[in-house]
Amino acid sequence: MFSSLRVRIILILAVLGFSGWYLYSNYQQSGSVVKLGLDLQGGMHLVLEVDDPDGFMSLEDRADAIQQSERVIRNRIDELGVEEPIVQRVGQDRLIVELAGIDDPERARELVGQTAMLEWRLVRSTSAVEGALGRIDRAVVATLGADSLRALGRAVGAETDPGADDVEDLLFGTEQPPTADPDVDPDTLPEPEEPELTEEELQELEEAEQALEELEDEAQLAAEEMALRPFSSLLLTSQGDGEFWVMNEDFQLARSFLELPEVQAVLPRDISMAFHWEPQALGGQIYRTLYVLERQPFITGEMLEDASATRDQQFNQAIVQFELSRAGGRIFGDVTGRHIGDRIAILLDGEVVSAPVVRSRIGQRGQIELGQQDMQEARDLALVLRAGALPAPLRIMEERTVGPSLGQDSIDQGMLAGIIGLLFVVLIMIVYYRFTGVLAVLALSVYVVLVLGGLAGLNATLTLPGIAGLILSIGMAVDANVLIFERIREELAEGRAVRTAVDEGFGHALSAIVDANITTLITALILFQFGTGPVRGFAVTLSIGIMASFFTALYVTRTLYLVYLRGKTATDTLSI
Amino acid sequence: MQFWIFRNAKFPFLNWRRKAYWVSGVVLSLGILAMVVNVFAIGNWQSYGVDFTGGTRIVVELPEGVVEGDLREALGGVEAPPITRFGGEREFTIRAPLEEGVESEETAERIQAQILASPAIPDFEMLQIEFVGPTIGEELQQQALLAILLSFLATLIYLAMRFEFRFGVASVIATVHDIVLTLGFLALFRIEISLPTVAAVLTIIGYSLNDTIVVFDRIRENLNKKGGRREDPLKLINRSINEVLPRTVLTSGTTLAVLFSLLILGGAVIRDFTIVLILGVVIGTYSSIFVASPALLEIQERWGTKEEAEKRKRKKARPKKEEAIPV
Repeated sequence: MFSSLRVRIILILAVLGFSGWYLYSNYQQSGSVVKLGLDLQGGMHLVLEVDDPDGFMSLEDRADAIQQSERVIRNRIDELGVEEPIVQRVGQDRLIVELAGIDDPERARELVGQTAMLEWRLVRSTSAVEGALGRIDRAVVATLGADSLRALGRAVGAETDPGADDVEDLLFGTEQPPTADPDVDPDTLPEPEEPELTEEELQELEEAEQALEELEDEAQLAAEEMALRPFSSLLLTSQGDGEFWVMNEDFQLARSFLELPEVQAVLPRDISMAFHWEPQALGGQIYRTLYVLERQPFITGEMLEDASATRDQQFNQAIVQFELSRAGGRIFGDVTGRHIGDRIAILLDGEVVSAPVVRSRIGQRGQIELGQQDMQEARDLALVLRAGALPAPLRIMEERTVGPSLGQDSIDQGMLAGIIGLLFVVLIMIVYYRFTGVLAVLALSVYVVLVLGGLAGLNATLTLPGIAGLILSIGMAVDANVLIFERIREELAEGRAVRTAVDEGFGHALSAIVDANITTLITALILFQFGTGPVRGFAVTLSIGIMASFFTALYVTRTLYLVYLRGKTATDTLSI
Repeated sequence: MQFWIFRNAKFPFLNWRRKAYWVSGVVLSLGILAMVVNVFAIGNWQSYGVDFTGGTRIVVELPEGVVEGDLREALGGVEAPPITRFGGEREFTIRAPLEEGVESEETAERIQAQILASPAIPDFEMLQIEFVGPTIGEELQQQALLAILLSFLATLIYLAMRFEFRFGVASVIATVHDIVLTLGFLALFRIEISLPTVAAVLTIIGYSLNDTIVVFDRIRENLNKKGGRREDPLKLINRSINEVLPRTVLTSGTTLAVLFSLLILGGAVIRDFTIVLILGVVIGTYSSIFVASPALLEIQERWGTKEEAEKRKRKKARPKKEEAIPV
């Protein structure tokens, strides 16, 4: 008995400690215990517009695109969790997005402004660009000047790692490139192994440029090479056709070359080149794959209806299944029918996400096999396909910080009213149940800590609908206690001894509490699964609240009771 | 000394059930009538707020010293459209809901006149007027509806497993009754359907279900006691409701205490929200006694209990049984 009591108390303290720790770490990070939604605390306000500088799209197209984007953006934000965004169409072709608790424009841009555009393009043979490599090199030299390239090459050769910023500075002055890759932090990349690299490149060079052989100085060599073949010297032959490898440390440089308009101009008319969006490790080295692609996409995101990740049980493969619109399916069937054995690249925002090989003709439904990789990769790809299917790129027109839609005065008032309401509950419980009521209030305090801890732990956002969920679950927590106490009273009235009455009371109240809580929990989970936005916020707090109420009513109250009853004899009375 | 509420009460609740049917029927029809009238009067069965319909978004800049409350007061206090602080300290957004046959400009002019008429706001500037779409579009509404329907199904299955099938049916009947009643009330008083009111309706579903299950749990317990199956179901259900009556009153009472303090002290903005919740608690308590429990009885009277159904099944299945013996 004593030992089980001790176990109980330790467990409760542990759970409390966990919640407290989550609350504390949240408080440390963001300065508030629980993240509040836009309706309670304000956040970012963004106005997005279809990015169509050349005026290609008709007004109807733009309205259409905005309508689809609304859904996509909502999905994209919903996938992040329970932040309840306001996504609202304005006029014909604009979108207002309001994000709670985000006052950092950079992060907001990451969330919605990702002008992600999904495209499917055919992968072409490497030979399609081989002839153009010389022209690209010459275009780079002509644009940037041999001297600055030589200086850059010397910097590389002298084993100083030019971070991405240094490269940009060297080449373009202080002007920043239009797209800085946020995923790749140059500081965290491994130190380049320069001697090996230059040796390797030296061999390559011997075959091509006999004149350079005489140069002994490695730095000089690198400089000359950079001045002569700035782009093609960065490319390594890959195993597969249609792609090159670029050492990860050269990636920024190669990309900045590729993005030069002069370079784009000398590429073959129907060809474009794009990097894989993530670095890949191969044999101890980290590479970026550079694909040779058809310039025109044959399908864009608007034709994609759905995508989901599953596991093929038979071969234990992670696969992503996707579904296209009817028109998309026709085009897809036509293209894949002609290109069995070729590869297709899926591009998000100009970067290749995946480049699977076509096994057979694919119509409206297809699947991408990812091999024996873990499911996370498949889920990520499905998410990209689903969320990235923006029909047109969007541009952020305006970003501002907004105050809470409820207004601070209403929130203060509501808080005060809520606290007074809770005091009423405490009063009723203690007047009606005496000392037992005090135990109940103690248990309810534990409940409050658990719920807040749960919200903090899940990083959930508290909104007005969320508060409604909390009120309901507080009500159910009180109700559970009332059920138990009423039952104990009934048992006492039937003449049972104190200890028996308590045991019976808890035992008999159990089924009602379990059934009521599980039914509500099922409802909450379904609302979470199928609802969006406000419905989800409600479901999250309700689920957390129910689990906490379950634990407090059946475990914490019981334990408090055990402590209370410890010194009592069978003839003592109960303050209930 | 102990307080007791409704101890050993013996109210013949189920004997009043025909009266309750009348009450429910009349109130339900009134609500549905209000919905129909609304369709003709305001063009929609409910008075949808700006969250659903979209409307006019107006950004105003107020002079130093004027607070949000002044603006809300100027625009009609409780009836004021949602107001948000926007950008700078003195800029505010007003989202006025769409009105049938009224142009955005007219709405903006009306709001401008209202602010001008306010003594608390000496001077202000209109920064922006534009038409905005709804934050809760069709798709969101459909998804929410689907979620609610699925949750009914899940409740039905769970209760059929834990209790009996008829308990599940009765509780879903009670929940639907509560939702329609609440929607009818909203339509009757043209309370604006906004995000908070939707949340409140969801809360009502949860509360009503909880209350119903507590009563059903006691019915189940009494049924499973010795002699419970042979007792007159009407008496048994009446007894069960009376046995949990102290709990019902106490729980509803504490919840109402919280809600009334929110109603009185919580300010104008959450008033609709609180009213819907108070209504929900009252309806939920009423329906667990006067809708769910009678429904249980009616189902039993028409289609019998689980035992009777099984008995019938066994009779039918008997000839086949011998074939099914495994070899």
